[in-house]
Amino acid sequence: MTTTSPVEKVGGATATYVDQRVGSNKFLSRNLGKVFPDHWSFMLGEIALYSFIVVLLTGVFLTLWFKPSMAEVVYDGSYVPLKGVLMSEAYDSALNISFDVRGGLLLRQMHHWSALIFIAAMAVHMFRVFFTGAFRKPREFNWLIGVGLTTFGLLAGFSGYSLPDDLLSGTGLQIARGIVQAVPVVGTWAAFLLFDGEFPGTEFISRLYGVHILLIPGLILALVTIHLMLVWTQKHTQFPGPGRTNDNVVGYPLLPVYMAKAGGFFFIVFGIIALVGGLVTVNPIWIFGPYMPDQVSAGSQPDWYIGFLDGALRTMPNWESVIPGVGWTISWNILIPALVIPGIIFTLLGLYPFIEAWVTGDKREHNLLDRPRNAPTRTALGMMAISFYVLLWVGGANDIIAVAFDLSINSIIWFLRITLIVVPPLVFVVTRRTCLGLQRRDREKLLHGYESGRILRLPHGEFIEVHQPLSEKDIAVITAKHDYAPLPAPDKADVDGVRNKRYRAQMLRHQLSEFFYGVNVPKPSAAEIEAGQHHAAHDAAIEAPLHEYEDADQIHTFHGGVLHHPGMAETNAEQLQQEQRS
Amino acid sequence: MKFLAARRRSPIVASALLVGALVTVGGAYAALGAVEPAQAALAVGAETQVEKGQQLYLEGCSSCHGLKGEGTQTGPTLVGVGAAAVDFQVSTGRMPLAAPGAQAPAKTENPYSEEDIAAMAAFVAALGPGPAIPTAEQLDYASADEAYGGELFRINCAQCHQAAGQGGALTQGKYAPSLMGSSPKTITEAMLTGPQNMPVFSDAQLPVEDKQAITSYIVGLQEASSPGGLNLGRFGPVTEGVFLVTAIFAALIAAAVWIGIKSR
Repeated sequence: MTTTSPVEKVGGATATYVDQRVGSNKFLSRNLGKVFPDHWSFMLGEIALYSFIVVLLTGVFLTLWFKPSMAEVVYDGSYVPLKGVLMSEAYDSALNISFDVRGGLLLRQMHHWSALIFIAAMAVHMFRVFFTGAFRKPREFNWLIGVGLTTFGLLAGFSGYSLPDDLLSGTGLQIARGIVQAVPVVGTWAAFLLFDGEFPGTEFISRLYGVHILLIPGLILALVTIHLMLVWTQKHTQFPGPGRTNDNVVGYPLLPVYMAKAGGFFFIVFGIIALVGGLVTVNPIWIFGPYMPDQVSAGSQPDWYIGFLDGALRTMPNWESVIPGVGWTISWNILIPALVIPGIIFTLLGLYPFIEAWVTGDKREHNLLDRPRNAPTRTALGMMAISFYVLLWVGGANDIIAVAFDLSINSIIWFLRITLIVVPPLVFVVTRRTCLGLQRRDREKLLHGYESGRILRLPHGEFIEVHQPLSEKDIAVITAKHDYAPLPAPDKADVDGVRNKRYRAQMLRHQLSEFFYGVNVPKPSAAEIEAGQHHAAHDAAIEAPLHEYEDADQIHTFHGGVLHHPGMAETNAEQLQQEQRS
Repeated sequence: MKFLAARRRSPIVASALLVGALVTVGGAYAALGAVEPAQAALAVGAETQVEKGQQLYLEGCSSCHGLKGEGTQTGPTLVGVGAAAVDFQVSTGRMPLAAPGAQAPAKTENPYSEEDIAAMAAFVAALGPGPAIPTAEQLDYASADEAYGGELFRINCAQCHQAAGQGGALTQGKYAPSLMGSSPKTITEAMLTGPQNMPVFSDAQLPVEDKQAITSYIVGLQEASSPGGLNLGRFGPVTEGVFLVTAIFAALIAAAVWIGIKSR
């Protein structure tokens, strides 16, 4: 308290002034020192947050100039190839933003790129959370919020893609309308409701505008807030390591370390988006021309995040059936790929934490992350889902691939129809085997130390590879694995012969549990680990004299590549003598 | 004469006579042959151009299209396709077909000179009436309305050739090629004759002025600068997605790893 710099004085005075009016000191002192664990993969969610901030900022700029109206105007801007063309006011204003508003094209491109990055970052963040088991108790709700955010992200992106009313966005809307129409019974009426009558109508852009700039961003902001508050109160998960337990968080405090890291990362993300927005074209709407319902361009694609749906539509065989009597058509070719498949994907995604918790029968809290290899079935299921998704994604680009690689589009479609069924199970098996192999290697390391790659010939001629004891960190990381035993099979009836009413559910749970945890490489016991590390230490001790040779000035007891202990025979004659003596 | 008679059996004589004869014949051929083409151009009218075309046709085309252009199982009839079709197919290297496939690909190397192509075109035109090679006047798009051409392009062409003219896939390995390297002449001939899978857009459907407008729009696409920066091939969202994954995400994750590295 003896020396106070002027900065501290002013800072203290300001803090006191604010605290007396807001009562903020208690809150700040409790939270600014909050500790966060360190790992690069924990920053993937931050990419999503920061790109969302850029989307909001650039989006506000665009609203100043964009006119969400389908009223027809004649273009009279500075892009010559469209001069005098009849178009909607929405497209006209989007062209003006691109060519006649200062900095408009840069901000439009930044808006589009950051939206693409936002959704991709959410997906990658979700992969991290899934594969490390960060969704387990107590974070199931936050996982659900994440699934909600991803869904709203897709809607935000698609509504934005549809607003400029260029040929591409109109084509996308035409498909969206087809999907709505494919809903049994209410489809036609739902499409009329959305578009205020026939497609494209005159109302849709202005309706979509409200959804795009107010409803969805509002929902995303609200969910992001809850998401972050939950991260804050539940504290961030951490990877296993020395000193890290389920009940602590090892890392750096928010102030100053994470303020600097996160703040710096924000500027990096912003910078990359600005750079890309300035240097790389995205969605050149002027090339596509205004939307007219009688026009379509080859190679019309959605943005990447809708690609899997488009791929599903393109890959689906053209099945449809007519209900006899009433004459209603059911378009399986649209219903299945566009509604049933995404429905299943998102339902399973949302339910997964609950399914796994039920199968595991584990009610503990999990603040320590799993290494993906230590949950082989989960990791394999995740990779299987990703492979399915990627194949659908490829399907969405089938025409571009056909042209670029001189292939037949029909062959690509058939290739995908087959691989969509064959490849995901293969990926499941390969991933699970890989995980188990890695587990086996971990076990090996615990039992024998790690292989140093140095071969040593012992005095009696035996070659050994020197194993070295693991570092404290490696042991902590590997031993953090938890071995789950599959749940036992239920009895049909108890000892008194009373029928078990919940037999079926319990049996399903048992079978799933067997599927999840039936294959496992058990973690060695503490005694085995102790013995294994001791063994490695023994190897190292044998090798130790060799280091003395390396360090010694003269090597005179090293003979014929064999390390000699004092008193050992050095020549054949000596060896014979020794053997005769014994 | 005694001198010659005495030496006529000399061993050198046979060689000397042979060399002399070769020089005479070769020299005469070279001297006369150089003159011949000029005379031919003067003397020969349309009739011999057709004959020459027929000769080339028999050598290069008849195995598929038949000796009289009547068509066979492997090639369609050429009666009535007109000179424009021959000029388009042969000058872009699509014909003669190098190998059977889903569609004849354009080739950069062309074995025929312009004169040869003109001769073959004349021969095929003589088989039956068809669209003629467009004149310079027909091809002049200087006064055409580019924006109107754009509308026509989006209505008639974009569904196969893509809105930016980058080409697109058709069924079974067939495709609409990219228009980025096409000259006004090939564009117009393609519209007139409907090569490969393309429908015919005759002058009755698309008048000459409309064709000029479309040509003007395509040339505009070819010459267009990219106001937004790198254009990623103008393939639309697919290449944007590839760029997102390979470049942008690589950079973002590299930054995350960099920041996430433990300070030591």
